[in-house]
Amino acid sequence: MNHESAGAHVTGSALYTEDLAGRFQGLLHAWPVLAPVSHGMVVSLDASSARAEPGVHTVLAARDVPGEPDTGTIRHDEPLFPDEIQFHRQPLTWVLADSVEAARRGAESVRVVCEPLPAILTIGQAIAGNSFFGPPLALRRGDAAAALAASPCRLEGEVAIGGQEHFYLETQSAIAWIDETGGIASYSSTQHPSDTQAVIARVLGLPRNQVTVECPRMGGAFGGKESQANWFAAVAALGAWKTRRPVQVRLPRALDMALTGKRHPFLARFEAGFDSEGLLLALKVALYSDGGWSLDLSEPVMSRALFHLDNCYYLPAVEATGHICRTHKTSQTAFRGFGGPQGMLVIEDVLDRIARALALPPDQVRRRNFYREGQSTHYGQTVKDAGRIENIWQQLQTASSFAARRAAIDRFNEASAHVKRGMAITPVKFGISFTASWYNQGGALVLVYRDGSVQVNHGGTEMGQGLYTKIRQIAACQLGVATESIRLMPASTGKVPNSSASAASASTDLNGAAVADACGQIVERLRPVAARLLQCAPEEVAFRGGLVSAGESGPGIAFASLTEEAYRARVPLFAEGYYRTPGIHFNPQTGQGQPFHYFAYGAAVAEVEVDGFTGQHQIRRVDILQDVGDSVAPLIDRGQIEGGFLQGLGWLTLEELLWDDQGRLATGGASTYKLPSWSELPEIFEVNFLERATEPGVVMGSKAVGEPPLMLALAVREALRAAIAAFGNGGVITIDSPLTPERVFWALERARTRSPEPVPAGAGVLRT
Amino acid sequence: MHVSPSVHLCLNGQPVTIDAASPQRTLLDQLRELGLTGAKEGCAEGECGACTVAMVQDTGAGAEYRPVNSCLMLLPMAAGQEIYTVESLASGNVLHPVQDSLAQAGGSQCGYCTPGFVMSLFAEYYRRGRQSACEPDALGGNLCRCTGYRPIRDAARALTVPAPEDRFARRLVEPAPTLEEFACSSAEASFSRPASLAACLAERRAHAEARYISGGTDLVVESNLRGTAFPRLISLEAVPELRMWNETSVSVEIGAGLTLNEIGARWRGAPPAFREWLALFASPLIRNRATLGGNLATASPIGDAAPFLLALDARVRLAGLDGERIEPLSSFFTGYRKTILQPDELLVSILVPKPFPDRVRFYKVAKRRLDDISTVAACMAMSLDRAGRVRSARLAYGGVAEIPLRVSEAEEAIEGHRWTPAVAQLAQDAVRRRLRPISDHRGSDAYRASLAAALIGKFLSETREQAA
Repeated sequence: MNHESAGAHVTGSALYTEDLAGRFQGLLHAWPVLAPVSHGMVVSLDASSARAEPGVHTVLAARDVPGEPDTGTIRHDEPLFPDEIQFHRQPLTWVLADSVEAARRGAESVRVVCEPLPAILTIGQAIAGNSFFGPPLALRRGDAAAALAASPCRLEGEVAIGGQEHFYLETQSAIAWIDETGGIASYSSTQHPSDTQAVIARVLGLPRNQVTVECPRMGGAFGGKESQANWFAAVAALGAWKTRRPVQVRLPRALDMALTGKRHPFLARFEAGFDSEGLLLALKVALYSDGGWSLDLSEPVMSRALFHLDNCYYLPAVEATGHICRTHKTSQTAFRGFGGPQGMLVIEDVLDRIARALALPPDQVRRRNFYREGQSTHYGQTVKDAGRIENIWQQLQTASSFAARRAAIDRFNEASAHVKRGMAITPVKFGISFTASWYNQGGALVLVYRDGSVQVNHGGTEMGQGLYTKIRQIAACQLGVATESIRLMPASTGKVPNSSASAASASTDLNGAAVADACGQIVERLRPVAARLLQCAPEEVAFRGGLVSAGESGPGIAFASLTEEAYRARVPLFAEGYYRTPGIHFNPQTGQGQPFHYFAYGAAVAEVEVDGFTGQHQIRRVDILQDVGDSVAPLIDRGQIEGGFLQGLGWLTLEELLWDDQGRLATGGASTYKLPSWSELPEIFEVNFLERATEPGVVMGSKAVGEPPLMLALAVREALRAAIAAFGNGGVITIDSPLTPERVFWALERARTRSPEPVPAGAGVLRT
Repeated sequence: MHVSPSVHLCLNGQPVTIDAASPQRTLLDQLRELGLTGAKEGCAEGECGACTVAMVQDTGAGAEYRPVNSCLMLLPMAAGQEIYTVESLASGNVLHPVQDSLAQAGGSQCGYCTPGFVMSLFAEYYRRGRQSACEPDALGGNLCRCTGYRPIRDAARALTVPAPEDRFARRLVEPAPTLEEFACSSAEASFSRPASLAACLAERRAHAEARYISGGTDLVVESNLRGTAFPRLISLEAVPELRMWNETSVSVEIGAGLTLNEIGARWRGAPPAFREWLALFASPLIRNRATLGGNLATASPIGDAAPFLLALDARVRLAGLDGERIEPLSSFFTGYRKTILQPDELLVSILVPKPFPDRVRFYKVAKRRLDDISTVAACMAMSLDRAGRVRSARLAYGGVAEIPLRVSEAEEAIEGHRWTPAVAQLAQDAVRRRLRPISDHRGSDAYRASLAAALIGKFLSETREQAA
């Protein structure tokens, strides 16, 4: 079963928000007036030159806003027309014109006079200047300081982790217009139509029932359209409200990269205590994230980083703090993994340093620290199915011939002076559920027509992740009809209200369960009608393959006949479905609770090759074993695993966000910011699902798969570290992320030119 | 030349006339306005391939489909061309084999990049002489952010050869359209495509503001990203003198207007490093449009062509209305994006002397292995005499100075000596003394300087093994 829209994708007939522009007469296009500095006060902004530009219709201003001129999602800290410039190229206002070119010419003609102020552009500057969004978040278990002091071995260090541009192929895009009843309607490429609706309503000062937001489908999102789509939809809506004409906002790539938030860059400082076998005894970690100019989702991102600092490892005593730095850069936001990848990178880095400090194989040290059944996390949640970590580890080592290949790599490295290989295995445990508990609900509206055809509406959005494919499969199973008779409708706030973002890997769990609920209600209503027709007991009625029969093998009637009969019998053929995740709770004050419904597990083995002359590297082989529960759609799940892995690999080895000392994004286009391409695809790429992994209490026994595989790519980082180590004489390998050829080159230089570090003993502290 | 207000082309098998055509509009924008919204703008600089369409062009052996970035083609560049978009492939509800293979393999997730992949794979599917599965490398100009490429690779490898009655295969039996002289203009801009070198040079002399354009892979990026207006463009695509290929016993003369892929198809006897160089040069989509002359004349310090050709002692033929001259490439570049070309001169061809050096290696260090701009590129060439001493050595670099250059001090340190680590060390010392590279987002000055030296070590390790 392939993607629900595959046929439309390959023929070019799948429509995205911008493709709908041709349907609107008199459409206006928007272009922003951009801030010339990264921090400063706007002294004057003279838009008269823009209004004089042929084709320009108007220039938006704060006085046009009937409601609140702010689009911030949690905290209202994102003014649409700012007086204080908070990042380079921040939009100060928007020009609307008959064409994109005219809007751009108009916007570029606007004279902005500003008074520059000192800017904070790095985490280091933010720490030095005490520039944070509020007090630090913290999670604790035991007395980490005492446990550190009592540990036989200790090390301390830090690691800097680069951010990541989403680079969804479809940039931010929205069209808004006045609808036929005087309300405002919008097509928006948004992961969270209800939030987009709420922000438009807030800006226009309207109740939400006056605003309809529909997401046709997205050309990728990855978290980048969870909150940040609201801004551009609000500009389109404000423009439409003011001009009474339809307005399109579509960011070209260069603007999208300059204006929108990214995966948070992090800095981690840590101290670890351990024994001579590499068993972790204590951990103190301070995480600093670069939140950018506004708060956006930085708090929940930091929370998830702190939650996932353990990855698969038991931390007996831990003190972890999370500090969100306020800087004069784009407002960093959700990105697949949502802080989890940064947290996990830190613990994997710590364990690798411990292993190399003790001259132990890193995979042994990792395994020694795994959670055992019955143990709980540092936030007090019992690690359900903890035994799967060990189980997956062993299965994957066997399937990937880990031991034999490592021996072969050792032989290769022995014989090769200038090219070395490395291999590593890393595990993943990822908590499933929004950590903001109220988001863990889903809604659906299922409509069955008299001819047996079905429309399914639900609160989730399709961004390529295959949600609609899975939902269609769930509905088909529940109703016992062919997938072809089910039509998935674009997400609309007019069909399912108050929906949650399609995020946190939870969309199938939430919306799929809601759809199953609605379908179940309809089946129960149809059952007595069918029993009457089939002259059997209601509980004997079976729905399968578009037929309804008495028992599994009895004579059947067509589903369409039954629905017509039910209609005539005045049985309602539509139902709303609802689901809320049971049993989850978390107390931010105590840092304790059960924030996750369950954990998704997996592991990856990666093998790489490094050129000792240049630091260039290549990935040779990847083996993955992932726990997806009972897969609803294997093709979709494999696609999520492979695609997530390559995206993680890009974040860790290739994609580099660099800002210059003026706060200008230096890698702000496709020619300077490189995504994984064909050269990053390993020739051997084995992906398997863990067998016998039914997840009770989740729709169709499945498990979330959107985010967890991204973190499997940590195996590549660790494999590269192993290859770097092969050039040296032992000892700890320190390297920041991403592992570009240049970073690898300098790590090689350090490894080659230094004598082995002494193994830390007693109370000695190894500085790494 | 007749100046037309319209652009005529063959689109999806039908003649189409675009009236009141703006010479500055891209083909992509025009297609989308015509309602053909399958092609997408993912980056507007030829990096992502979401805008890919196929053009029918002559290969010398017959017509072929060439996938190109429609975001980097200005509408008048399509005048007289035959172009296919993703919308034309399926027959009613029956998918084209390429579409079906991608759909079945799970080759699309969000689907936004998919039409571009379809069109690149479509062109590969009909590649002349293809006997085995489609080559995934043909899709190297298309980026996908969702799938991780594995299913797309499988989809390509699963394809067999087209049926003889396939309508797109039958199309290739007929010749490709030939490009003719063409001109169009609007209130803001004009575009002309002369059909002779003399006409080009005359028009350039008459209009000092005019810019030459060929594939557009550099200039159209300028207009797309920075909004740069080019009020008068002279297209070189229909000039036969720029499309020459002349191989003799003493040299190969390559027309400056040949695209990189055309050169790849013709240069059978090239030094082995040529294939490595070509594979690392941009992407297949760009190589279908970018010309060798354009890459040299734009004089970027990080162009890939210069180091390769410098190491081969190439010369350039420059033509003006008053005559022509031949100059060594090593004196062609005079400063950052500056050359010895006079305002009314045109780079006509590149001459590569024969025999080629015994040992040639091309190295390109970049963040990404394929389709990236180099941090440092180097081409090293060497010939030994019978006694095993270095008769000639060429060490040419890009990315280490404001122009591509040879480091003659390092070459002199090697020539006349045996090729040993000690001699290589002397060359490395010379390179370190001579080069003062800059820091930017592609790499630090220290990394570039280290690479320039380290690549000599790499060359030594590879060529000494070859000698032994």
